[in-house]
Amino acid sequence: MAQINYPLSVAALALAALMSPADAAALSEQGDPLASARWEDMRRSFLADAPVLFDPRIKVIAPSTAENPMQVPVTVDASGLPGVVEVVVFADFNPIVEVLRFYPESAAALLGFRVKLQQSTPVRAAARTADGVWHVGGTWVNTVGGGCTAPAAGKAAPDWQASLNQVSGRQWSEGPNASRLRLRIVHPMDTGLVAGTPAFHLEEIEFRDEAGRRLMRLRTFEPVAENPVFTLQPGVAGQTVISAGRDNNGNRFEARIAP
Amino acid sequence: MKRLLAVFLILAVAPAGAAGYDYALQAQAVAPDVYAFIGRTEDFDTVNGGNIVNTAFIVGPAGVVVIDTGPSLRYGRQMRQAIAAVTPLPPVFAINTHHHPDHFLGNQAFADLPLAALPATAQGIAADGNAFAENLFRLSGDWMRGTEVVVPTRSLGAGPLEVAGRRLRLIALHGHTGADLAVYDEKSGVLFAGDLVFNGRAPTTPHADVAHWLQALDQLEALTREPGFVALVPGHGAVARDAAPIRQTRAWLTWLQSAMREAAAAGLDMNEVLARPLPAEFAGMAQGSSEYRRSVGHLFPAAEIEALPHAH
Repeated sequence: MAQINYPLSVAALALAALMSPADAAALSEQGDPLASARWEDMRRSFLADAPVLFDPRIKVIAPSTAENPMQVPVTVDASGLPGVVEVVVFADFNPIVEVLRFYPESAAALLGFRVKLQQSTPVRAAARTADGVWHVGGTWVNTVGGGCTAPAAGKAAPDWQASLNQVSGRQWSEGPNASRLRLRIVHPMDTGLVAGTPAFHLEEIEFRDEAGRRLMRLRTFEPVAENPVFTLQPGVAGQTVISAGRDNNGNRFEARIAP
Repeated sequence: MKRLLAVFLILAVAPAGAAGYDYALQAQAVAPDVYAFIGRTEDFDTVNGGNIVNTAFIVGPAGVVVIDTGPSLRYGRQMRQAIAAVTPLPPVFAINTHHHPDHFLGNQAFADLPLAALPATAQGIAADGNAFAENLFRLSGDWMRGTEVVVPTRSLGAGPLEVAGRRLRLIALHGHTGADLAVYDEKSGVLFAGDLVFNGRAPTTPHADVAHWLQALDQLEALTREPGFVALVPGHGAVARDAAPIRQTRAWLTWLQSAMREAAAAGLDMNEVLARPLPAEFAGMAQGSSEYRRSVGHLFPAAEIEALPHAH
């Protein structure tokens, strides 16, 4: 226990005792590991007065240098932490900071997606467990920027509205990615930061089984990239998964993804 | 003494590594009356100043034909000086093979000549030229000073072109970008392939259509089997005397395309695709890892669309 960053609260010490020595050594309740000038603002906005723990089990994977600021791939994997209730993803230096929230319910606490970034920024995930503690992970992404103030590429096509909210998707039942589901939804995801183009984006997406049991819920915000692609593990094997959702103009979709 | 002091001061303030923004262009003889300036197989930075591209010229009986003008005003001017060191004949015609900035941002130095390109190339330069130039100012810094976009005004099409007393065969292709011009000099047997062909340097794909690119490579390879063929000048990398760089470019693109398809079919997330290692065949290729990662961003989304069936 000597390597742990003191001071830790009693609750955090108890938690550290259950973790691998390497992970326990990286636990910290203070001192943003990404050294961002915006961290305190982020903490106040998203995590309020709740206890916060920088936790290496919250893995945020993204390229250190993003070629295309309109489509920066981000994978949040909090599945190493048991009992995750909610995950909020935010980017400190984005003009619209909040990217999305997901509520794993019976799915794994894991989500892949792509995001628009306006400049180099930390991308973070904070995972709340039932005890009210926020476990925070993150990574810096360097980019030339401009992702939030460039128009959606698909809107150049005159018939873009015809394919709005079209869903394509697939589940994998075997191979190294068995139990995975990938989903693509056609949507411009306009940020509202392009002159003359109001914010127009998907807001709510849920996944449920055929019996109507909800597997995972998502709330998505403007920075999610155009034509969002999600990777998740819905936690049902060999069953059809139904995905349903709506955007901020009330356009709805519902689609079945066979096993 | 005053003059000596001035020289000393100039040397003292010259930026380290940039040597007064001298690209040190040396014309390399490819065939009689045909020369190329061979750039480094690197990415743009503030040391190479964007000299990562090949440009070329043909000395005809009635003047010099320039093929691509480089990444900056400084490059274009220095290219013109380097041409003058080879021949007293003036440049009379300049061609841009495609609309990528390392191939046309030297146009300013040749703005007194007819600047020629395929129509879609000229449109691409007009539409995206300023954004490309901004990006190069960011990557190469002060090497770019004074550089402005000059759009070609002379439209080219496929077929023979008589210019400067020389007979060229223009081959209008696409695949690397929406319009890629290859130029074959009938007299010397030299093929200028533009960025359809890379040699010992990973191809770039920001505007690529891989299927069309592969078809274009087949056409170029057929040309290298003609009896008069002598040499191939790729857009990046060393001059070759055979079709090996065409085969190398084809091998990279074929692998890249199937790697994207397989990854999408296996359900990989984009970050997992980015993390994949290069096959041993390409591990030593200049810029291989970084171009692979860029290409994932360019090409994987289309592979995803193919792999994810429509859901109702």
